[in-house]
Amino acid sequence: MEYIPQIIFALLLIAGVGYFTSNIRKMIRNIKLGREVDRSDNKKERWAQMARIALGQSKMVRRPIAGFLHVVVYVGFVIINIEVLEIIIDGLFGTHRIFAPYLGGVYDFLIGTFEILALLVLVTVVVFWIRRNAMNIKRFTMGELKGWPKNDANYILYFEVVLMSLFLIMNATDFILQTRGVEGYAHAGEIFGSFPVSQFVAVFFENMADTTLIVIERAAWWIHIVGILIFLNYLYWSKHLHIMLAFPNVYFAKLTPKGKFTNMEAVTAEVKLMMDPDADPFAAPDPAAMDEDPASLGASDIFDLDQVQLLNAYTCTECGRCTSECPANITGKKLSPRAIMMKTRDRLEEVGSVINKEGEWKDDGKKLLNDHITTEELWACTTCNACVEACPIGIDPLSIIMDMRRYLVLENSAAPTDLNNALTNIENNGAPWPYNQMDRLNWADEL
Amino acid sequence: MSELIKVPTAAEFIAQGKTPEVLFWVGCSGSFDDRSKKITKAFVKLLNKAGVEFAVLGAEESCTGDPAKRAGNEFLFQMQAMMNIEVLNGYEIKKIVTACPHCFNTLKNEYPELGGNYEVIHHTSFLKDLIANGKLTISGGKFKGKKITYHDPCYLGRANEIYEAPRELIEKLDAALVEMKRSKRNGLCCGAGGAQMFKEPEPGNKDINIERTDEALDTGADIIAAACPFCNTMMSDGIKAAEKEGNVEVLDIAEMIASAEDL
Repeated sequence: MEYIPQIIFALLLIAGVGYFTSNIRKMIRNIKLGREVDRSDNKKERWAQMARIALGQSKMVRRPIAGFLHVVVYVGFVIINIEVLEIIIDGLFGTHRIFAPYLGGVYDFLIGTFEILALLVLVTVVVFWIRRNAMNIKRFTMGELKGWPKNDANYILYFEVVLMSLFLIMNATDFILQTRGVEGYAHAGEIFGSFPVSQFVAVFFENMADTTLIVIERAAWWIHIVGILIFLNYLYWSKHLHIMLAFPNVYFAKLTPKGKFTNMEAVTAEVKLMMDPDADPFAAPDPAAMDEDPASLGASDIFDLDQVQLLNAYTCTECGRCTSECPANITGKKLSPRAIMMKTRDRLEEVGSVINKEGEWKDDGKKLLNDHITTEELWACTTCNACVEACPIGIDPLSIIMDMRRYLVLENSAAPTDLNNALTNIENNGAPWPYNQMDRLNWADEL
Repeated sequence: MSELIKVPTAAEFIAQGKTPEVLFWVGCSGSFDDRSKKITKAFVKLLNKAGVEFAVLGAEESCTGDPAKRAGNEFLFQMQAMMNIEVLNGYEIKKIVTACPHCFNTLKNEYPELGGNYEVIHHTSFLKDLIANGKLTISGGKFKGKKITYHDPCYLGRANEIYEAPRELIEKLDAALVEMKRSKRNGLCCGAGGAQMFKEPEPGNKDINIERTDEALDTGADIIAAACPFCNTMMSDGIKAAEKEGNVEVLDIAEMIASAEDL
């Protein structure tokens, strides 16, 4: 009988971690639907970038208020997780504060730090909630955040409040039980941990009987750890995946100048052939190339995007810093770089769910282009890179916009009419305007 | 203008068995647009004054392909790029200077993969170096104490992280540089990039150049300094729309330096 709680705990842990793992495997499978892209270069620079931007939050704090608040929750989250390790070991082996005897004074310091951080996180989360729900900050209230994205953001905040509160209640009752020397909590007169915050919470429990306190302490302990397992499994469905994915996402982010757009190799091969005076236009094509499916030029669906772009979509936290800096969005155009990322993820999940159901991909008659992202959005972009610069975790919405424009132009010849005229001029006169190339040096006569 | 300035072509250099120190890539706007031609001429006067042995491609220059690439027409872009590379490599060009950040970005970042490897310099960096090497001197004079705000072109700033060279030049004019609310890496686009210059904007509630010009006017500046012919056009249009033509001028940094030197 005495092992039942431990067995239940172990089963919950296996179920929680197991379901999470299976969802993450689905996520990885979905990301692999994208084209392969080689980002194995410059490892040193990539690690440094990850340390600076993901671990060091250097781009978060460019907006000092939101940045500072985020750092508090981030540090709180990372450090309090050390305690989760102890909770898991205690749960599996039926021990009480297993780390305490080994760490001594350090343990007291750690628990004290966790408590202060928990309090700071609680305060910060309240401020976050107010910013999101009561302050009318445009990036939190605009159209694309209505419904699920807004609820998702709030659920995360509620989760944090509940988890932090349970952590403090658990410590408060535990503290009283230890002081009273109750069996299972007493350690030969020694108090394990220090309780700078929960000693004040303890005031509410002081007059309760030992048995009541044990029930409250155990309940808080169980709900806390089960809550963490639920939260872990919630991640996959939420914008909150960034707490894991921000790291690989920053690692794989583009290192070259922002103005450098990708070169399309398939086009290079063709243009070279066209410009080669010795090329034989009637030559039989390379048999190796014949076997491959002719890849479409540009992107109309998630299969045409590369794996880093798809990772970007799962990583997006929907903070909207990109959209708030986008010149098109600021001036009322339909384009929102955040929505580009959200729609890419929606489509990726849509494709993923077909694969889950059918066991393989079966065309559902839909695409990323038109069914999710409209041409009006794509043509509103000035390619100014403000969205890329604004993203605190290295997401590149512009690359998706560009790949989809390429599809529109190269596969569908569907550029806006006035743009087509400019392109025709370039083709004919070497300038986007209808001037004669021979007149290029006329300005020199005016000197 | 007292003396006639000669603008030699790369072909003329080669005919004399010489190669130019630097090729001045003029770009389509600088070649054809009446407003931008003034920038081209101002820059040439400065090159001439500094004794830089430069050449242009003249009628052999063609669009770098930037608008085609940003519009999604990779095919046309690469055709343009490969034709230009053939010409540039034919003349054994090693160093290119240009007053257009779009040409600058494309030549510098997107030509190497197609076989065009050059040292590409934006004219603001080039002018800064000429001054640092003592080949060009500037006296504030005309612009002393004037309030100037500088608009970062996206393809110079964010795209290539050149924020300081243009600002240093403005400071050398003894002018008072005032920053807009959104500047440097947060600078707001003028609305021309990504081939938007050549199409009508998508439906919205304001034009981007109006938004940006309003921000520039908010600084109370007498002059909006630009470092890109397209930004120049967009901001000039914004000034017209705001009916501030008499009060506020949009000038390229090269024009400002040339005019300070009475060139």
